[in-house]
Amino acid sequence: MASLWQYANPQKFVQTTGAVLPALAVLTALALIAGLVWGFFFTPDDFRQGSTVKIIYLHVPAALMAINAWLMMLVASLIWLVRRHHVSALAARAAAPVGLTMTVIALLTGAIWGQPMWGTWWAWDPRLTSFLILGLFYLGYIALWAAIEDPDAAADLTAVLCMVGSVFAVLSRYAVNFWNQGLHQGASLSMDAEENVADVFYFPLLVCIAGFVLLFVTLVLLRTRTEIRARRIKALLARERMA
Amino acid sequence: MIALLSRDLALAVRAGGGFGLGLAFFLIVTVLVPFGVGPESATLSRIAPGILWVGALLACLLSLDRIFALDYEDGSLDLLATAPVPLEGVVAMKAAAHWVTTGLPLVLAAPVLGVLLNLAPAAMGWLVLGLGLGTPALSMIGAFGAALTVGLKRGGLLLSLLVLPLYVPTLIFGAELVARGAAGQVTATPAAMLAAITLATCALLPFAAAAALRVNLR
Repeated sequence: MASLWQYANPQKFVQTTGAVLPALAVLTALALIAGLVWGFFFTPDDFRQGSTVKIIYLHVPAALMAINAWLMMLVASLIWLVRRHHVSALAARAAAPVGLTMTVIALLTGAIWGQPMWGTWWAWDPRLTSFLILGLFYLGYIALWAAIEDPDAAADLTAVLCMVGSVFAVLSRYAVNFWNQGLHQGASLSMDAEENVADVFYFPLLVCIAGFVLLFVTLVLLRTRTEIRARRIKALLARERMA
Repeated sequence: MIALLSRDLALAVRAGGGFGLGLAFFLIVTVLVPFGVGPESATLSRIAPGILWVGALLACLLSLDRIFALDYEDGSLDLLATAPVPLEGVVAMKAAAHWVTTGLPLVLAAPVLGVLLNLAPAAMGWLVLGLGLGTPALSMIGAFGAALTVGLKRGGLLLSLLVLPLYVPTLIFGAELVARGAAGQVTATPAAMLAAITLATCALLPFAAAAALRVNLR
Protein backbone atom coordinates (compact mmCIF):
# COMPACT_ATOMS: atom_id res chain seq x y z
CA MET A 1 0.00 0.00 0.00
CA ALA A 2 1.32 3.40 -0.88
CA SER A 3 1.88 5.69 2.07
CA LEU A 4 4.09 8.54 3.07
CA TRP A 5 6.37 6.14 4.89
CA GLN A 6 7.62 4.47 1.73
CA TYR A 7 9.78 7.57 1.25
CA ALA A 8 11.57 6.64 4.43
CA ASN A 9 13.48 4.30 2.15
CA PRO A 10 16.41 6.43 0.92
CA GLN A 11 16.48 4.65 -2.43
CA LYS A 12 12.81 5.40 -3.02
CA PHE A 13 13.25 8.95 -1.79
CA VAL A 14 16.13 9.68 -4.15
CA GLN A 15 14.26 8.15 -7.08
CA THR A 16 11.05 10.07 -6.52
CA THR A 17 12.63 13.40 -5.70
CA GLY A 18 14.93 13.02 -8.69
CA ALA A 19 11.87 12.82 -10.90
CA VAL A 20 10.06 15.67 -9.15
CA LEU A 21 12.91 18.13 -8.62
CA PRO A 22 13.30 19.51 -12.17
CA ALA A 23 9.61 20.35 -12.33
CA LEU A 24 9.76 21.83 -8.86
CA ALA A 25 12.77 23.96 -9.74
CA VAL A 26 11.05 25.32 -12.86
CA LEU A 27 7.91 26.10 -10.85
CA THR A 28 9.99 27.85 -8.20
CA ALA A 29 11.76 29.97 -10.78
CA LEU A 30 8.46 30.84 -12.48
CA ALA A 31 6.71 31.82 -9.25
CA LEU A 32 9.65 33.84 -7.96
CA ILE A 33 10.25 35.66 -11.24
CA ALA A 34 6.54 36.32 -11.74
CA GLY A 35 5.98 37.47 -8.15
CA LEU A 36 9.08 39.66 -7.90
CA VAL A 37 8.72 41.23 -11.34
CA TRP A 38 5.04 41.87 -10.71
CA GLY A 39 5.80 43.26 -7.29
CA PHE A 40 8.78 45.39 -8.25
CA PHE A 41 7.66 46.85 -11.55
CA PHE A 42 3.90 46.62 -11.85
CA THR A 43 2.63 47.82 -8.49
CA PRO A 44 2.22 51.48 -7.52
CA ASP A 45 4.39 53.14 -4.89
CA ASP A 46 2.82 53.48 -1.49
CA PHE A 47 1.62 57.00 -0.81
CA ARG A 48 3.67 57.30 2.35
CA GLN A 49 6.43 54.72 2.05
CA GLY A 50 7.24 55.38 -1.59
CA SER A 51 9.04 52.61 -3.40
CA THR A 52 10.52 51.13 -0.22
CA VAL A 53 7.24 49.27 0.24
CA LYS A 54 8.42 46.84 -2.41
CA ILE A 55 10.86 45.20 -0.06
CA ILE A 56 7.80 43.49 1.41
CA TYR A 57 8.01 40.95 -1.44
CA LEU A 58 11.27 39.64 -0.02
CA HIS A 59 10.82 40.40 3.65
CA VAL A 60 7.46 38.80 4.43
CA PRO A 61 7.98 35.51 2.55
CA ALA A 62 11.48 35.10 3.99
CA ALA A 63 10.26 35.73 7.54
CA LEU A 64 7.39 33.32 7.03
CA MET A 65 9.70 30.59 5.79
CA ALA A 66 12.22 31.22 8.56
CA ILE A 67 9.60 30.23 11.11
CA ASN A 68 8.09 27.43 9.05
CA ALA A 69 11.51 25.92 8.39
CA TRP A 70 11.97 25.50 12.13
CA LEU A 71 8.50 23.98 12.35
CA MET A 72 9.39 21.54 9.60
CA MET A 73 12.62 20.64 11.46
CA LEU A 74 10.58 20.02 14.58
CA VAL A 75 8.22 17.65 12.78
CA ALA A 76 11.10 15.87 11.06
CA SER A 77 12.93 15.52 14.39
CA LEU A 78 9.85 14.02 16.01
CA ILE A 79 9.49 11.55 13.14
CA TRP A 80 13.14 10.61 13.56
CA LEU A 81 12.77 10.13 17.31
CA VAL A 82 9.60 8.07 17.01
CA ARG A 83 10.09 6.07 13.85
CA ARG A 84 13.87 6.20 13.29
CA HIS A 85 13.69 7.09 9.60
CA HIS A 86 17.11 8.36 8.57
CA VAL A 87 15.74 10.42 5.71
CA SER A 88 13.72 12.40 8.21
CA ALA A 89 16.77 13.26 10.32
CA LEU A 90 18.70 14.22 7.20
CA ALA A 91 15.84 16.41 6.01
CA ALA A 92 15.89 18.27 9.33
CA ARG A 93 19.63 18.72 8.97
CA ALA A 94 19.19 19.90 5.39
CA ALA A 95 16.54 22.45 6.34
CA ALA A 96 18.55 24.24 9.02
CA PRO A 97 20.94 26.27 6.83
CA VAL A 98 18.04 27.20 4.54
CA GLY A 99 16.07 28.41 7.55
CA LEU A 100 19.06 30.36 8.81
CA THR A 101 19.44 32.01 5.41
CA MET A 102 15.76 32.96 5.44
CA THR A 103 16.19 34.47 8.90
CA VAL A 104 19.16 36.51 7.72
CA ILE A 105 17.27 37.67 4.63
CA ALA A 106 14.34 38.76 6.77
CA LEU A 107 16.60 40.64 9.19
CA LEU A 108 18.62 42.31 6.44
CA THR A 109 15.67 43.38 4.32
CA GLY A 110 13.98 44.60 7.47
CA ALA A 111 17.03 46.70 8.34
CA ILE A 112 17.23 48.11 4.82
CA TRP A 113 13.55 49.02 4.98
CA GLY A 114 13.76 50.29 8.54
CA GLN A 115 16.57 52.74 7.84
CA PRO A 116 14.49 55.17 5.74
CA MET A 117 11.16 54.35 7.43
CA TRP A 118 11.94 54.15 11.13
CA GLY A 119 15.19 56.10 10.84
CA THR A 120 17.16 53.23 12.29
CA TRP A 121 18.72 50.00 11.02
CA TRP A 122 17.88 48.15 14.15
CA ALA A 123 15.56 48.55 17.10
CA TRP A 124 15.17 46.25 20.09
CA ASP A 125 11.63 45.51 19.07
CA PRO A 126 10.05 42.21 20.18
CA ARG A 127 9.67 40.88 16.65
CA LEU A 128 13.17 41.84 15.62
CA THR A 129 14.68 40.53 18.81
CA SER A 130 12.90 37.21 18.72
CA PHE A 131 14.02 36.77 15.12
CA LEU A 132 17.58 37.37 16.17
CA ILE A 133 17.15 34.74 18.88
CA LEU A 134 15.67 32.35 16.30
CA GLY A 135 18.80 32.92 14.24
CA LEU A 136 20.92 32.00 17.27
CA PHE A 137 18.90 28.79 17.70
CA TYR A 138 19.59 27.89 14.07
CA LEU A 139 23.30 28.54 14.62
CA GLY A 140 23.40 26.32 17.70
CA TYR A 141 21.49 23.55 15.92
CA ILE A 142 23.82 23.61 12.91
CA ALA A 143 26.89 23.75 15.13
CA LEU A 144 25.72 20.72 17.13
CA TRP A 145 25.17 18.73 13.93
CA ALA A 146 28.64 19.66 12.77
CA ALA A 147 30.33 18.85 16.07
CA ILE A 148 29.20 15.27 16.61
CA GLU A 149 30.85 12.59 14.54
CA ASP A 150 28.55 9.63 15.04
CA PRO A 151 25.62 10.31 12.67
CA ASP A 152 22.94 8.58 14.75
CA ALA A 153 23.98 10.28 17.98
CA ALA A 154 24.09 13.61 16.16
CA ALA A 155 20.58 13.05 14.83
CA ASP A 156 19.29 12.12 18.27
CA LEU A 157 20.91 15.02 20.10
CA THR A 158 19.93 17.64 17.55
CA ALA A 159 16.37 16.32 17.60
CA VAL A 160 16.25 16.77 21.38
CA LEU A 161 17.77 20.23 21.02
CA CYS A 162 15.20 21.11 18.36
CA MET A 163 12.33 20.16 20.66
CA VAL A 164 13.67 22.01 23.68
CA GLY A 165 14.67 24.94 21.47
CA SER A 166 11.15 25.20 20.07
CA VAL A 167 9.69 25.64 23.54
CA PHE A 168 12.28 28.25 24.44
CA ALA A 169 11.89 30.06 21.12
CA VAL A 170 8.17 30.48 21.77
CA LEU A 171 8.88 31.46 25.37
CA SER A 172 11.42 34.05 24.24
CA ARG A 173 8.93 35.45 21.78
CA TYR A 174 6.49 36.24 24.58
CA ALA A 175 9.18 37.26 27.04
CA VAL A 176 10.51 39.95 24.74
CA ASN A 177 6.96 41.15 24.25
CA PHE A 178 6.88 41.76 27.97
CA TRP A 179 10.31 43.36 27.91
CA ASN A 180 9.86 46.07 25.32
CA GLN A 181 7.14 47.75 23.36
CA GLY A 182 7.21 47.22 19.63
CA LEU A 183 8.06 49.42 16.72
CA HIS A 184 7.17 46.75 14.18
CA GLN A 185 3.71 46.95 12.63
CA GLY A 186 1.21 44.15 13.16
CA ALA A 187 0.52 41.39 10.70
CA SER A 188 -0.06 42.76 7.23
CA LEU A 189 -1.78 39.68 5.93
CA SER A 190 -3.86 37.12 7.72
CA MET A 191 -7.01 35.19 7.03
CA ASP A 192 -9.28 36.95 9.48
CA ALA A 193 -7.86 40.43 9.89
CA GLU A 194 -9.83 43.41 8.68
CA GLU A 195 -6.75 45.48 7.99
CA ASN A 196 -4.72 43.71 5.36
CA VAL A 197 -2.53 45.35 2.79
CA ALA A 198 -4.37 46.62 -0.27
CA ASP A 199 -5.12 44.11 -2.99
CA VAL A 200 -2.60 45.68 -5.39
CA PHE A 201 0.16 44.59 -3.04
CA TYR A 202 -1.61 41.51 -1.76
CA PHE A 203 -1.75 39.35 -4.87
CA PRO A 204 1.89 39.71 -6.00
CA LEU A 205 2.82 39.06 -2.38
CA LEU A 206 0.89 35.78 -2.43
CA VAL A 207 2.76 34.74 -5.57
CA CYS A 208 6.06 35.61 -3.86
CA ILE A 209 5.12 33.58 -0.81
CA ALA A 210 4.27 30.62 -3.04
CA GLY A 211 7.63 31.11 -4.71
CA PHE A 212 9.48 31.10 -1.39
CA VAL A 213 7.63 27.98 -0.21
CA LEU A 214 8.56 26.22 -3.43
CA LEU A 215 12.14 27.47 -3.12
CA PHE A 216 12.34 26.09 0.38
CA VAL A 217 10.93 22.69 -0.62
CA THR A 218 13.26 22.48 -3.61
CA LEU A 219 16.34 23.40 -1.61
CA VAL A 220 15.52 21.02 1.22
CA LEU A 221 14.87 18.11 -1.15
CA LEU A 222 18.09 18.89 -3.00
CA ARG A 223 20.10 19.12 0.19
CA THR A 224 18.54 15.95 1.60
CA ARG A 225 19.56 14.09 -1.55
CA THR A 226 23.07 15.45 -1.13
CA GLU A 227 23.15 14.29 2.48
CA ILE A 228 21.93 10.81 1.51
CA ARG A 229 24.59 10.56 -1.17
CA ALA A 230 27.30 11.84 1.16
CA ARG A 231 26.36 9.22 3.70
CA ARG A 232 26.34 6.52 1.03
CA ILE A 233 29.83 7.54 -0.08
CA LYS A 234 30.99 7.34 3.51
CA ALA A 235 29.52 3.85 3.85
CA LEU A 236 31.16 2.73 0.60
CA LEU A 237 34.53 4.08 1.71
CA ALA A 238 34.18 2.31 5.04
CA ARG A 239 33.35 -0.94 3.26
CA GLU A 240 36.39 -0.52 1.01
CA ARG A 241 38.65 -0.08 4.01
CA MET A 242 37.23 -3.21 5.58
CA ALA A 243 37.85 -5.32 2.48
CA MET B 1 19.95 10.59 45.41
CA ILE B 2 20.88 12.43 48.60
CA ALA B 3 24.14 10.47 48.59
CA LEU B 4 24.74 11.57 45.02
CA LEU B 5 24.14 15.18 45.93
CA SER B 6 26.51 15.05 48.89
CA ARG B 7 29.11 13.25 46.78
CA ASP B 8 29.00 15.97 44.15
CA LEU B 9 29.14 18.69 46.78
CA ALA B 10 32.09 17.04 48.51
CA LEU B 11 33.90 16.69 45.20
CA ALA B 12 33.27 20.33 44.37
CA VAL B 13 34.48 21.55 47.75
CA ARG B 14 37.53 19.35 48.07
CA ALA B 15 38.74 19.47 44.49
CA GLY B 16 38.99 23.23 44.79
CA GLY B 17 38.89 25.61 41.87
CA GLY B 18 35.31 25.03 40.85
CA PHE B 19 33.70 26.33 43.99
CA GLY B 20 35.04 29.86 44.33
CA LEU B 21 35.95 30.38 40.70
CA GLY B 22 32.48 31.33 39.54
CA LEU B 23 32.15 33.75 42.42
CA ALA B 24 35.51 35.38 41.65
CA PHE B 25 34.51 35.66 38.01
CA PHE B 26 31.23 37.33 39.01
CA LEU B 27 33.20 39.79 41.14
CA ILE B 28 35.65 40.61 38.37
CA VAL B 29 32.95 41.14 35.75
CA THR B 30 31.16 43.51 38.11
CA VAL B 31 34.36 45.39 38.90
CA LEU B 32 35.28 45.71 35.23
CA VAL B 33 32.00 47.27 34.18
CA PRO B 34 32.58 50.68 35.82
CA PHE B 35 35.94 50.86 34.04
CA GLY B 36 34.11 50.31 30.78
CA VAL B 37 31.18 52.69 31.20
CA GLY B 38 32.64 55.27 33.59
CA PRO B 39 32.15 55.85 37.30
CA GLU B 40 29.01 58.05 37.22
CA SER B 41 26.78 56.55 39.87
CA ALA B 42 23.55 57.45 38.07
CA THR B 43 24.57 55.46 34.99
CA LEU B 44 25.77 52.58 37.11
CA SER B 45 22.60 52.29 39.14
CA ARG B 46 20.61 52.40 35.90
CA ILE B 47 22.47 49.45 34.36
CA ALA B 48 23.21 47.56 37.59
CA PRO B 49 20.32 45.03 37.31
CA GLY B 50 21.35 44.01 33.82
CA ILE B 51 25.05 43.82 34.66
CA LEU B 52 24.44 41.70 37.75
CA TRP B 53 22.20 39.31 35.87
CA VAL B 54 24.50 38.98 32.87
CA GLY B 55 27.43 38.49 35.26
CA ALA B 56 25.58 35.76 37.13
CA LEU B 57 24.68 34.12 33.84
CA LEU B 58 28.27 34.10 32.62
CA ALA B 59 29.61 32.90 35.96
CA CYS B 60 27.10 30.06 35.82
CA LEU B 61 28.13 29.23 32.26
CA LEU B 62 31.77 29.00 33.27
CA SER B 63 31.34 25.86 35.32
CA LEU B 64 28.68 24.09 33.24
CA ASP B 65 30.95 21.73 31.33
CA ARG B 66 32.15 20.30 34.64
CA ILE B 67 28.70 18.98 35.51
CA PHE B 68 29.10 15.76 33.56
CA ALA B 69 32.54 15.94 31.94
CA LEU B 70 34.62 14.56 34.83
CA ASP B 71 32.20 11.72 35.54
CA TYR B 72 32.07 10.95 31.83
CA GLU B 73 35.84 10.74 31.57
CA ASP B 74 36.45 8.44 34.52
CA GLY B 75 33.46 6.25 33.71
CA SER B 76 31.41 6.89 36.82
CA LEU B 77 28.65 8.31 34.62
CA ASP B 78 28.22 4.84 33.09
CA LEU B 79 27.85 3.43 36.58
CA LEU B 80 25.31 6.10 37.48
CA ALA B 81 23.37 5.32 34.30
CA THR B 82 23.12 1.65 35.22
CA ALA B 83 22.39 2.37 38.90
CA PRO B 84 18.87 1.77 40.25
CA VAL B 85 18.36 5.52 40.55
CA PRO B 86 16.66 6.84 37.38
CA LEU B 87 18.97 8.86 35.18
CA GLU B 88 16.50 11.75 35.31
CA GLY B 89 17.05 11.88 39.07
CA VAL B 90 20.80 11.83 38.59
CA VAL B 91 20.52 14.80 36.22
CA ALA B 92 18.33 16.70 38.66
CA MET B 93 20.78 16.06 41.50
CA LYS B 94 23.74 17.09 39.34
CA ALA B 95 21.95 20.32 38.49
CA ALA B 96 21.12 20.86 42.17
CA ALA B 97 24.77 20.36 43.13
CA HIS B 98 25.80 22.82 40.45
CA TRP B 99 23.32 25.33 41.79
CA VAL B 100 24.54 24.95 45.38
CA THR B 101 28.15 25.42 44.33
CA THR B 102 27.69 28.30 41.86
CA GLY B 103 24.17 29.69 41.98
CA LEU B 104 23.77 29.98 45.73
CA PRO B 105 27.09 31.83 46.33
CA LEU B 106 26.10 34.26 43.59
CA VAL B 107 22.76 34.91 45.25
CA LEU B 108 24.48 35.58 48.56
CA ALA B 109 27.22 37.76 47.07
CA ALA B 110 24.91 39.77 44.83
CA PRO B 111 23.92 42.47 47.41
CA VAL B 112 27.59 43.33 48.01
CA LEU B 113 28.17 43.75 44.30
CA GLY B 114 24.90 45.65 44.07
CA VAL B 115 26.35 48.18 46.50
CA LEU B 116 29.46 48.46 44.32
CA LEU B 117 27.26 49.28 41.35
CA ASN B 118 25.14 51.73 43.34
CA LEU B 119 21.96 49.69 42.98
CA ALA B 120 18.95 51.32 44.62
CA PRO B 121 18.46 49.97 48.17
CA ALA B 122 14.82 49.19 47.43
CA ALA B 123 15.93 46.78 44.70
CA MET B 124 18.34 44.75 46.89
CA GLY B 125 15.70 42.39 48.17
CA TRP B 126 14.31 41.91 44.66
CA LEU B 127 17.78 41.20 43.34
CA VAL B 128 18.34 38.44 45.89
CA LEU B 129 14.85 37.07 45.40
CA GLY B 130 15.16 37.18 41.62
CA LEU B 131 18.54 35.46 41.57
CA GLY B 132 17.26 32.93 44.08
CA LEU B 133 14.28 32.17 41.87
CA GLY B 134 16.12 32.31 38.58
CA THR B 135 19.52 30.66 39.08
CA PRO B 136 18.09 27.13 39.56
CA ALA B 137 16.70 27.45 36.03
CA LEU B 138 20.15 28.50 34.82
CA SER B 139 21.69 25.39 36.38
CA MET B 140 18.99 23.10 35.03
CA ILE B 141 19.17 24.49 31.48
CA GLY B 142 22.93 24.33 31.73
CA ALA B 143 22.79 20.69 32.79
CA PHE B 144 20.75 19.99 29.67
CA GLY B 145 23.36 21.74 27.52
CA ALA B 146 26.15 19.87 29.28
CA ALA B 147 24.34 16.57 28.67
CA LEU B 148 24.13 17.38 24.96
CA THR B 149 27.82 18.17 24.61
CA VAL B 150 29.36 15.76 27.11
CA GLY B 151 30.89 13.44 24.51
CA LEU B 152 32.63 16.20 22.59
CA LYS B 153 36.32 16.99 22.75
CA ARG B 154 35.98 20.76 22.69
CA GLY B 155 32.41 21.20 23.81
CA GLY B 156 32.93 24.35 25.87
CA LEU B 157 32.37 26.93 23.16
CA LEU B 158 29.54 24.97 21.59
CA LEU B 159 27.96 24.63 25.01
CA SER B 160 27.77 28.39 25.43
CA LEU B 161 26.33 28.79 21.93
CA LEU B 162 23.62 26.26 22.76
CA VAL B 163 22.82 27.41 26.26
CA LEU B 164 22.91 31.20 26.06
CA PRO B 165 19.86 31.56 23.78
CA LEU B 166 17.96 29.34 26.20
CA TYR B 167 18.82 31.78 28.99
CA VAL B 168 17.03 34.68 27.31
CA PRO B 169 13.62 34.37 29.04
CA THR B 170 15.21 33.95 32.49
CA LEU B 171 17.44 36.96 31.91
CA ILE B 172 14.57 39.13 30.69
CA PHE B 173 12.32 38.42 33.65
CA GLY B 174 15.16 38.50 36.18
CA ALA B 175 16.49 41.86 35.10
CA GLU B 176 12.98 43.23 34.75
CA LEU B 177 12.20 42.18 38.31
CA VAL B 178 15.17 44.11 39.70
CA ALA B 179 14.55 47.14 37.49
CA ARG B 180 10.91 47.28 38.59
CA GLY B 181 11.92 46.83 42.20
CA ALA B 182 14.34 49.75 41.86
CA ALA B 183 11.64 51.92 40.31
CA GLY B 184 9.10 50.93 42.95
CA GLN B 185 6.70 49.35 40.45
CA VAL B 186 4.63 46.18 40.70
CA THR B 187 6.99 43.22 40.82
CA ALA B 188 4.59 40.32 41.11
CA THR B 189 4.39 39.58 37.37
CA PRO B 190 8.11 39.12 36.58
CA ALA B 191 8.61 37.27 39.88
CA ALA B 192 5.81 34.86 39.06
CA MET B 193 7.12 34.36 35.52
CA LEU B 194 10.62 33.72 36.83
CA ALA B 195 9.33 31.15 39.28
CA ALA B 196 7.25 29.55 36.54
CA ILE B 197 10.27 29.19 34.26
CA THR B 198 12.33 27.65 37.05
CA LEU B 199 9.62 25.20 38.03
CA ALA B 200 8.89 24.21 34.44
CA THR B 201 12.56 23.66 33.58
CA CYS B 202 13.10 21.63 36.76
CA ALA B 203 10.06 19.52 35.93
CA LEU B 204 10.72 18.87 32.24
CA LEU B 205 14.37 19.34 31.36
CA PRO B 206 15.70 16.38 33.42
CA PHE B 207 13.91 14.11 30.95
CA ALA B 208 15.44 15.82 27.93
CA ALA B 209 18.87 15.89 29.55
CA ALA B 210 18.63 12.22 30.54
CA ALA B 211 17.64 11.33 26.96
CA ALA B 212 20.68 13.21 25.68
CA LEU B 213 22.94 11.46 28.21
CA ARG B 214 21.65 8.04 27.16
CA VAL B 215 22.51 8.85 23.57
CA ASN B 216 25.98 10.00 24.56
CA LEU B 217 26.62 6.90 26.68
CA ARG B 218 25.41 4.53 23.96
